Amino acid sequence: MLKKMNKNTKSNLITYGMVIIAFIIMQTLIATGSISSLLEGIMVPICIYVIMAVSLNLVVGILGELSLGHAGFMCVGAFSSAFFSKCMKDVIENGILRFLLAMLIGIAVAAIFGIIIGIPVLRLKGDYLAIVTLAFGEIIKNLVNVLFIGKDSNGFHFSTKDVMGLNMEPDGTVIVNGPQGITGTPQDSTFLIGFIMILITLFIVLNMINSRDGRAIMAIRDNRIAAESVGINITKYKLMAFTVSAALAGGAGVLYAHNLSTLTANTNNFGYNQSIMILVFVVLGGIGNIRGSIIAAVILTLLPELLRGLQDYRMLIYAIVLIAMMLFNWAPKAIEWREKHLSFFRKKKEAVK
Amino acid sequence: MNMSFISYLINGLSLGSVYAIIALGYTMVYGIAKMLNFAHGDVIMIGAYMALLAMTQAGLSPVIAVLIAIVVCTVLGVVIERIAYKPLRNAASSLSVLITAIGVSYLLQNIALLAFGSNAKTFPSVIKWSGITLAGGQLSISGVTIVTIGVCIVIMIVLVAFVQKSKPGQAMRAVSEDKGAAQLMGINVNGTIALTFAIGSALAAIAGVLYCSAYPSVTPYTGAMPGIKAFVAAVFGGIGSIPGAFIGGLLLGIIEIFGRAYITSQMADALVFAVLIVVLLVKPTGLLGKKIQEKV
Repeated sequence: MLKKMNKNTKSNLITYGMVIIAFIIMQTLIATGSISSLLEGIMVPICIYVIMAVSLNLVVGILGELSLGHAGFMCVGAFSSAFFSKCMKDVIENGILRFLLAMLIGIAVAAIFGIIIGIPVLRLKGDYLAIVTLAFGEIIKNLVNVLFIGKDSNGFHFSTKDVMGLNMEPDGTVIVNGPQGITGTPQDSTFLIGFIMILITLFIVLNMINSRDGRAIMAIRDNRIAAESVGINITKYKLMAFTVSAALAGGAGVLYAHNLSTLTANTNNFGYNQSIMILVFVVLGGIGNIRGSIIAAVILTLLPELLRGLQDYRMLIYAIVLIAMMLFNWAPKAIEWREKHLSFFRKKKEAVK
Repeated sequence: MNMSFISYLINGLSLGSVYAIIALGYTMVYGIAKMLNFAHGDVIMIGAYMALLAMTQAGLSPVIAVLIAIVVCTVLGVVIERIAYKPLRNAASSLSVLITAIGVSYLLQNIALLAFGSNAKTFPSVIKWSGITLAGGQLSISGVTIVTIGVCIVIMIVLVAFVQKSKPGQAMRAVSEDKGAAQLMGINVNGTIALTFAIGSALAAIAGVLYCSAYPSVTPYTGAMPGIKAFVAAVFGGIGSIPGAFIGGLLLGIIEIFGRAYITSQMADALVFAVLIVVLLVKPTGLLGKKIQEKV
């Protein structure tokens, strides 16, 4: 049966299978209690990073544009869903239903931001696009930090100054407290939900890549002018890839928000550093390779937890590996060298086929 | 006009001068190598640390400390170019060199983090002059502010003269216009690009010392924000244009200080980025940039 399948389907099935098997193994280990609680606690973050890496790969690898503001969409998803969950904590008792709605809201808001930001940003390309996405990411983070929202008997109050600026009745509660963020979000994220989210993300991204839309997007990446001349609507497909990527990042943000009791926006979780971190996952996994992104995200999230002693050197090693990978993969001299010295392996592989 | 307005304006000019000096490095490198040197901001930070070490650990005078910082940064800039960027110059994907530059930026930050720790270190001002007081004590301008603006103007004039009149400057302009043709004319392209990186990094060292003298502390992340903002300034003025970087830097500094003073201090960074977005959408080539037609 496997022989009849086309190459893409087979490769996709391997990716799904890998994720499912990894989930089953981890779930068994957790059930039998053979891993530490520290490791158990990192399961949801791993899911979040996998989703982030896969969705960023859609923009960097498939669309071929560098986005440095990916964490900004995560931030949007996280805050909108946490806001919803906190408001609805007493209204909707059913945790699963509430989380499902929060997820939909987070994804929808992130997608809307993706469109709003995508329309101007995607007119640019290359370095300019990268720096503008970085700018948008930082603006989102800054805006969230000055946002105050409270609720009392008269409805919602907004302010960009401080809690006093909300002018609430005495019975009011502060929901979003500026730099202190949102506290007391129900902790609804579980490993199972994270796993399901990964599968949904993979389903969306892999199907998109192998569809007509995906081929159009890759055609734009390979040669924009040629793609335009055969009638591909550049703006539409670029925006499609960008928005889907933003929406998925929003979903990761929802998981993030419901995994912690306190949600704040700082450089390390929703800023520039986080965006770069996700980019490292994508580059190390292989630009354009979805399975690689998953593996890189899992390993690079697990590794620092397992090797506590290397904590200080972690980012240093990431940086060196990032540079080395780029030089090895892209430098014309390195490509030449690889072809000369490693062609032996390739020939062997072809012969087996 | 009240005094606080003038005082903000002068502070804005001073901050803008620092941005302009950094932006010159960006704009020259971009003009010639067609790459966004993300690590430029972190060279500033390294320059500030070097000057700090020379002054506090070795007890040298500020002038020598600044010279040491310049030398170290120049060497650093050339080494970075040689190891990380040069092999990728003819790479198929322009994304690769950008990602490498981000990697270099991260590398410098983390080396500084390991070497100097994450705590902010106090930076002793290199300018001992306390400044002048005008309008009967209502308006005081610090020495750092005056020196910063002065240094920026001098650098600007020297650089324009260098690029327009000298042989290496002419080579730079030729390489930025057409690498292949420049090589056929006997210009050493690699040498010219290395020289550009050297000049840009030397300017970064000066900017680092001036920036840290005005905001007297230095951390491994000191360079990142001014670096990005200076890039905004370079784009604002028109990337590749030296007077553009100067004007863009000054305007951006004034916008930032006014935003901080009259709107809200938390949103000053967002305001600067908003300027970038508006500029790129309305006039992508910047104030003084030239439009380049894309060839098929």
